[in-house]
This record gives sequence, C-alpha cells and structure tokens, in this order.
Amino acid sequence: MKKRILLSGNEAIAEGALQAGCCFYAGYPITPQNELTAYMAKRMPEVGGVFIQAESELSAINMVFGASSTGARAMTSSSSPGISLKQEGISYIAGAELPAVIVNIMRGGPGLGNIAPSQSDYFQATKGGGHGDYHCIVLAPSTVQEAFDFMGVAFDLADRYRNPVIILGDGMLGQMLESCSIAAYGLSNSSKKRRKDIKKWALTGCKQRSPNVIKSFYLKEGDLERFNLKLQKKYKTIQETETRYEGLYLEDARLILVSYGTMARVAKAVVSELRKKNKKVGLVRPITLWPFPRRILQDLTATHKRISFLVVEMSYGQMLEDVRLALEGKAKVDFLGRAGGGIPTEKEIIRFIKNL
Amino acid sequence: MKLLFKRPRSLREIPTHYCPGCGHGIVQRLVAEVVDELDIRERVIGVAPVGCAVIAYDYWDFDCSEAAHGRALAVATGIKRMRPENIVFTYQGDGDLAAIGTAETIHAANRGENLTVIFINNAVYGMTGGQMAPTTLLNQKTTTTPYGRRADREGYPLKISELIAQLPAVRYVERVALYSPQAVFIAKKTIKQAFQNQIENRGFSLVEVLSPCPTYWGMSPKEAMDWIRDVMIKEFPLGRIR
Amino acid sequence: MTEKIIIAGAGGQGVILLGKLIAEIAMRQDRFVALIPSYGPEVRGGSAYCMVSISDEEISSPYINEADTLIIMNNPSLNRFEEKIKRNGLLILNSSLVTDKIARNDLKVIRYPFTDIAVRLGNPRVANMVVLGCFIKYKRFSDPKIITPVLYKFAGKEKKDLVKINLKAFKEGLRLR
Repeated sequence: MKKRILLSGNEAIAEGALQAGCCFYAGYPITPQNELTAYMAKRMPEVGGVFIQAESELSAINMVFGASSTGARAMTSSSSPGISLKQEGISYIAGAELPAVIVNIMRGGPGLGNIAPSQSDYFQATKGGGHGDYHCIVLAPSTVQEAFDFMGVAFDLADRYRNPVIILGDGMLGQMLESCSIAAYGLSNSSKKRRKDIKKWALTGCKQRSPNVIKSFYLKEGDLERFNLKLQKKYKTIQETETRYEGLYLEDARLILVSYGTMARVAKAVVSELRKKNKKVGLVRPITLWPFPRRILQDLTATHKRISFLVVEMSYGQMLEDVRLALEGKAKVDFLGRAGGGIPTEKEIIRFIKNL
Repeated sequence: MKLLFKRPRSLREIPTHYCPGCGHGIVQRLVAEVVDELDIRERVIGVAPVGCAVIAYDYWDFDCSEAAHGRALAVATGIKRMRPENIVFTYQGDGDLAAIGTAETIHAANRGENLTVIFINNAVYGMTGGQMAPTTLLNQKTTTTPYGRRADREGYPLKISELIAQLPAVRYVERVALYSPQAVFIAKKTIKQAFQNQIENRGFSLVEVLSPCPTYWGMSPKEAMDWIRDVMIKEFPLGRIR
Repeated sequence: MTEKIIIAGAGGQGVILLGKLIAEIAMRQDRFVALIPSYGPEVRGGSAYCMVSISDEEISSPYINEADTLIIMNNPSLNRFEEKIKRNGLLILNSSLVTDKIARNDLKVIRYPFTDIAVRLGNPRVANMVVLGCFIKYKRFSDPKIITPVLYKFAGKEKKDLVKINLKAFKEGLRLR
C-alpha cells in the first residue's frame, strides 16, 4: 500500500490542484468549503503561486478569468450560493474559451438554505448555469481519493478543450476525512514549471508575435453563430470522448441504481448488501455528469429486456431527468431523493426497493 | 521635411465606431501614444470594459482582454498577479467603474494592485442609450432621469476618485479633462505618469478623464467640450487628488 | 470487517480531535478510514460529533446509521445518539457529565468519570485523551506506543508543549479497568 495521509475532501481538492500545477487561486469564504481556501492560503506561497481572498465571488471568478487568460492553471471554489454569483464569470470563461476549474461543495438550497450536504445544484452545473449556449465539463468525485485525483483530470480537460470544468461535490465530501494517497503526481508538474508553459493564445505581451485578444464578444453578423457552432462541435467531441462512469454488476443486474458523488457510496453499500441476498442489483455511477453517460444506460436496455432503474439523489430529481432522457422511455425509472439536509439511508433505499 | 504627426504604432488603422465628438477616440489614442513613447507595446496588456469602449481591443495593437461589466479590475488583478513583468491597465467608463464595478474598484485600489486605471467619466451611459450614470450631474436629463437627476431620489454624483484617494495603498489619483488642446496635453502627461508609476512598481494609479458625450448630452461636439469646461469641472474639479 | 464509531459531546470537549486520532491510528495500521465531522455553527459550547468508519476494505458509505461503538461525553448527546447503536454495541460514557438514564438495555456499557480524571490532571480539555486510552485498551485497537508520534504530528510546532499533558491523560486512560 502506498503512503497515505488523512485529508478532508476540501484539503484533498486543494492539494490535488497544486500537484496538477494550479498556480492561481481566488476565493471568498463560504461554508462548507472554507478548509479549501485556508489550505490554498497556506500552500500557495510555498509553491510560488498566487492566493487572493477576493471581495466577492464575482471578483474571485473574474480574477480567475484574468489569471487564466495569461495561460496559468487557475481555479476558484465555493458552495452553492457563491456558485450562483460566479455564473456570470463562468459564462464569460466559456465564451472566451478559457480553461479554468471551479469547485462547488454543494449545500442545501434554495436561497441561503443551510450548510448540510446536498446535490441540488446538478441542473445548474450540467445545463450551463449562466447565460448562453454552453456547457461546463462536470466531474463528481465520491471519495476523498477521487477528490484529489480528479483535480489533475480537471485541469487537463480544461486545458485540452479550453473549457471550464466544474468539480461537483457536496458538504459531506468536503468535510469528510479519509486516508488518501497523494503520490499520483510528481513534483515535476509543480506550479513554477507550469507557469513557464506558455499557451499560444495567452496574454503575455505581443513580443515577436501579433497581439492576442481574449474575448467573447462577436458583433459582426454571422460571427456569433459561427462561434457557437464551433463550441457545439467541441461539446460533441467532449461527449464522444470524455464520458466517464463506474459500473457495478452490470452483466446480470435487473435493477440498476443510478447515483453519483457521496450518494453513490450509500447506493454501493445497498448493492453489496442486496447482492449478499442474491438480488440482481447493479450500479451506474456517473463520474462525468456532463457529458452524461447516456450510452451505457441505453446499452443496458438493449441487452436486458426487463431491466429497470432507480435513481437516488440528494435532490428532488435532477439527474433523474438525464436518466429519463437517456432511456427514452424504454425502461421503468423510479426515484428516491431527499434534500435540505436529508440523506437517503441504506435502510431507506432497501425498504424502497422491496416495495417496488 | 519633418514628420510632425503620425498614427501611433499601438493604434490600428481602423476607423472607430464612436460618435462624432466622442472623447473615447482621443483617450484611446493618448494611451497608444504613451505606450509607444514608454516603449512597452510588447509587454502591455489592456483590459477593455463593457460600455462604449467595449471593443477598444480592436483599435489597440497589443494584447488585450475583455472583462464582464464592472469586473475589469478583478480581471486585471488576475493578469498582473500572474505576470508582474507585464504592464497591465484597465480602461473603464463611469457605469463600469463607479456603479456595477464599485466593489472591484475599491478593493483593487485598497489592495494596492500595481495597475493603471483609465477612468472615462462622461456622466452618462452611452452604449445602452443615455441612462443615468453614477456621475450624472444634478438636474442633468437622461433617459432614466427624464426630469433631471434629483438628489433626494438618485443621490449625488459619485466622486469615486476622491473616495479611493482615501485609501492608504493608492499611489496616484488625478482628474483631467479633454475640453481643449491644452487640457488634452495635460491628460496625456497624466496618463503617462500613471503608466510610469506601474513600470516603477509604485502601485495603484488612476486617471479620471472628463470626456464629452455629445450624443447623449444632446449637444454639438463644441457645446459638449464647453459644457465640460463650464459645468462639469465645477462638480468634478481637475488636478491631483492623491 | 468495518468498525463504526460515533463520538458525541459538547463543542470544546475535543470529540472531533478524538475521532481524528482514532482514524489516524487506524490509518497507520494500513486500514481504510473515513471520518465525517459535524460542522458549521456548532462551535464551543454547542454540540459536536463525528462518525468514524474503519475497515480492511474500501469504505462504501461513510455515514453511520448503526454504530458498533458509541462514545458519549454529555447528556444531550446521549439523547441524540442512543438509537444509533446496534444491539450489543459498546457504549462508553463520560460519567462526570452523563447523568441521564440509558433507555436501552441491550448494550455493553462502560462508564468512567473522564472529565473528573482530566480535571485532576490539571486540564478538563484532555478528557478526550483519557477516553482514547480507555478505548484502545478495551478494544485492543492498537499498540499504545503509536500515540506518541501521532500526538506530535497533530500538535505541530505551535502546540508541542501540550503533548505532555495529553500523553499523561492517555496513559491514565490505559490504566482504567
């Protein structure tokens, strides 16, 4: 076993980002993600990066816009109400095709809600969130180890597609401490080196090249439509190549639980409990929420005629809509969800399945 | 034969979209001249606002970024902190800098970011069609103050330059105007000083430029220039504030 | 095998630190651990709890509905968590502050005046360390020697001076029963 340390999800995200070469962080305090900000404040100077506590979430996301426009790996983090404020900036980042990573450690809503874990921002994260026809890539870690590992993935995807990437976790993931191996990345990827990797489009001063402009504004007739078509083409490529999920017992399962993030861990416990009793249940855990793993769900209905699905979420049925869209009415879909602080328990889910 | 006047290297040969008599063309040219004279074209990065100057990056011939409405100083902070070796400036109107971007303005100034700010005050929103700005004068008519701005309803013209001049981290604040060739000459000198400060790492510098908007003031270009001299500078006195 | 522990008490009694120490010790034995702390406005004087899962396999659900061991440091916590322990589970009670009756009769109960012991040692805040010693001894959870490096790690440079009294409290806990 590799050397492991005890980290909270928030700390693992921060350390994962640093190991992935993130050298700019701007944020604004909000529970339950404050440990992430504090970790960055402490560690950024050690790796030669920049940490700023911004005056607001609006400012924080726009600082990320600026830092990213210089080619730096830049990120911000917040929790639900703060992410709402960041939507303006995220739309601009998508429109200017800048890479950036935005972490949302979700809490209960709507409004100020509470600080209990929740998955109520699924729509906001996967359907655009701000104004305009755009998508963020959305990764949903379910363990502290994944929280760490996905940061490297997130920054790579952001750079490859020049697109914002959202890490969607919940308060439980942020606060939870787990043993975590942080040997996944070498220090060769450290901030200082990354800083020197100049991206061709970045703002660095127009020495020995023609000027670069970072913008999302297209006034001339036809230009914006052409730009949108380019974005759509990019999104299609992402859908085709970057969809990720975890499947459990998909070969013979007759009932498939669909669940993501920390909720999927409870679903996993349910599946292993029922498997002990020879019940043919399985699990699909979407890892990318956008692009959503539609194909595996479609394939399952094609291979098993009498298969049905149960979506379990800490919301009142947000991912449920994507599952239904993917299945196109070809299979029965049930739903169990709680929000506002309630977390469906193993017992609750098993009881629900028995009554199906 | 001696060449006395030519297009600055940092200004592209493109006609601007500004209305006749608008001040933006003048100030954007001044910025280009200063960038040339300080020989920083290859390391300057401009941040354009949302407002009439939104496509300033089409006119300047150096690296530029857009910024969402009011967020230019947050974007500039991100750029400058990552690339302190570059010279970073924002170019913002009164709505952008003193209304929707007030928080960004005050906090970038308060952090003493080593940035240069060109603040165009023409007392009105131009791009959206002549609405009240935070700097609109009392009794001035706009589409959203059709009976004139009233202190008891809309408050007083906001003097953001005086406000930020209070902050200990702010290095340099000066107000200039464009109403005459001499005034334009002073404006250029001031803008140059604000860039020079950044080159010397001396911190946050802001130049407020009282600039004409004949279209939404309902005046001829000449009348607009005279109005700055006769009316506007009484509310917004010229000179060094900090 | 997964061991599920819930620790609950008042904010300031160090219940989350106690959970973290148990988790750290388990992790140093190459076991998987997960800890969910209560968080937010529950600060000193309020209530605090944490849920610690320890397993030889990856932990599926870190949320504990039925604990194997329940450590209760004050009255309100007993009320709140008494139902969250399995039959024949282990209930460790801080008898200095828990005076309420236990409603259930299907539990193994051990009780010691942890807070009084800590007060006698000179600092009521090390009651959690007395509990840790007691827990490790009772559950044969680990070699007690492991605590010294763990405590130095948690204390860091700033709180190095506090290690001594915490170690003393831990040893006091080992001596119980």
